[in-house]
Amino acid sequence: MSGALDLLTGLAMGLSLVALGTSRLPSLIRVAALQGVVLGTMPLVMEHDLRAMVVVVALATVVMKGVVIPVLLRRAMRTANIDRDMDPLIGFLPSLLLGAAGLIGAVLLARWLPLLPEHHESLLVAGSISTVFSGLLLLIGRSKAISQVCGYLILENGIYMFGLLLISSTPLLVEGGILLDLTVAVFVTGIIVDRIQRAFDSLDTRKLTVLRE
Amino acid sequence: MNPALEFVVRLVVWLLLAPLLPGIINRVKAWVAGRRGPPVLQLYYDLARLWRKGVVVSTLASPGFIAGPAVAWVAILGAALLLPLGPLGASPSFRGDVILLVYLLALARFCTAWAAMETGSAFEGMGAAREVSYAVLAEAAIITAVLTLSLQSGSVSLCAMLAPAAGPGAALLAVGLFTVLLAENCRVPFDDPNTHLELTMIHEVMVLDHSGPPLAAVLHGAAMKLLLFSVLLVQAVLPVGKLPAPAAAGVLAAGVLAVGVAIGLVESLLARYAFRRVPLLLTTGFLLCVFALLISWDGGGA
Repeated sequence: MSGALDLLTGLAMGLSLVALGTSRLPSLIRVAALQGVVLGTMPLVMEHDLRAMVVVVALATVVMKGVVIPVLLRRAMRTANIDRDMDPLIGFLPSLLLGAAGLIGAVLLARWLPLLPEHHESLLVAGSISTVFSGLLLLIGRSKAISQVCGYLILENGIYMFGLLLISSTPLLVEGGILLDLTVAVFVTGIIVDRIQRAFDSLDTRKLTVLRE
Repeated sequence: MNPALEFVVRLVVWLLLAPLLPGIINRVKAWVAGRRGPPVLQLYYDLARLWRKGVVVSTLASPGFIAGPAVAWVAILGAALLLPLGPLGASPSFRGDVILLVYLLALARFCTAWAAMETGSAFEGMGAAREVSYAVLAEAAIITAVLTLSLQSGSVSLCAMLAPAAGPGAALLAVGLFTVLLAENCRVPFDDPNTHLELTMIHEVMVLDHSGPPLAAVLHGAAMKLLLFSVLLVQAVLPVGKLPAPAAAGVLAAGVLAVGVAIGLVESLLARYAFRRVPLLLTTGFLLCVFALLISWDGGGA
């Protein structure tokens, strides 16, 4: 049981590093979606008695993060007609190294934290901290709006992983609400991206700090 | 068996089998592309042809131009002999021989770069610079992989290090070592062994002015290095050393064949990476080895 969960967590951690290293927007979206699917299957692996609620949450996560959000992002990318290369503020190599350092730091931090004994052995806490860190790094280090959205998604994935520790006691409503929020946020960003593109001829968020008529 | 006789047999096996692997890779590439392809033994024919030819030496070049490939070839052969072959062990085996292996490979690279600079061509100097700058990253990865293996086994001798499987980090270590293998042997995502386009070459640039027997030594040395890395990869991942001798030989041969097929598939399915992306890929390989190291550290501590 915990072996499969650790494997999935390791996969998610690896995927957030891949996200830091990719230079193409479509592959970044694909990586974020894949990470969402991996996270979605986690509740199915970690619960001993599969309750209907857990299955519903897992299915909703997989559908939302794996299908709906990537489709929205891809459509936003197509309508805004932007070039697929991202120009990073923090280079790919430094961000990859920082992400790896963050991962090692997260493993050490998780060992040091006063956790419940059943959580001490699992990689989940370390995975969650390192994924949040990678998402944050992506959010800070990329200049285009869509790649920042992907960073936000990865950050949210990390928070979701932390929430998995409490999955048996979290109400369905909370999980559903988070997913809905996320989808609406991405939906709205899709529209905003189009507007930014029209107003500024670029998706570079650095230009948004300049006032224009 | 008599140790001297065994040593000679090993030497002959390494020398004779090495040019087979590039032939297999080319065969796989031809099969994927739907071509008939060169025969598997093509490199043997090439080596025989080059051996009969004369050498053209630039008036600028010092004797180092000929000595470089020769020393590199001997260094690679020495490194290959240090590598144990499953339960048979290595013929010269001592404590810390893994460090000698890493340094012999570095010596071979230095001599190839030196011979390239001897020609006085700016073009070859460029190739040498590229080769050496990528080697910095590749060597960091291979030293991390060696550190992982030695931490797992608590030993610094290749025979003891390679005997147990790499444990939970085996998959990470395998992918990391495979990346290093591709980079060190100038295979496709890093360099294209077939290209002769000036601006994209790395390794091929350095050997452009060599001809005749020195070029044969360079080609044969490259084939031996490829075989060496494949054998190292297979033994680092599979517990070959614990099997009885005939089974171990079979597993080793099958493993090396699988590595050859994997290289052929990578070369057929991937495009060469742009130069600025190469350090990123090599760093990924390095990080995979670092994570394997962390896992083995964790396992050892717990």
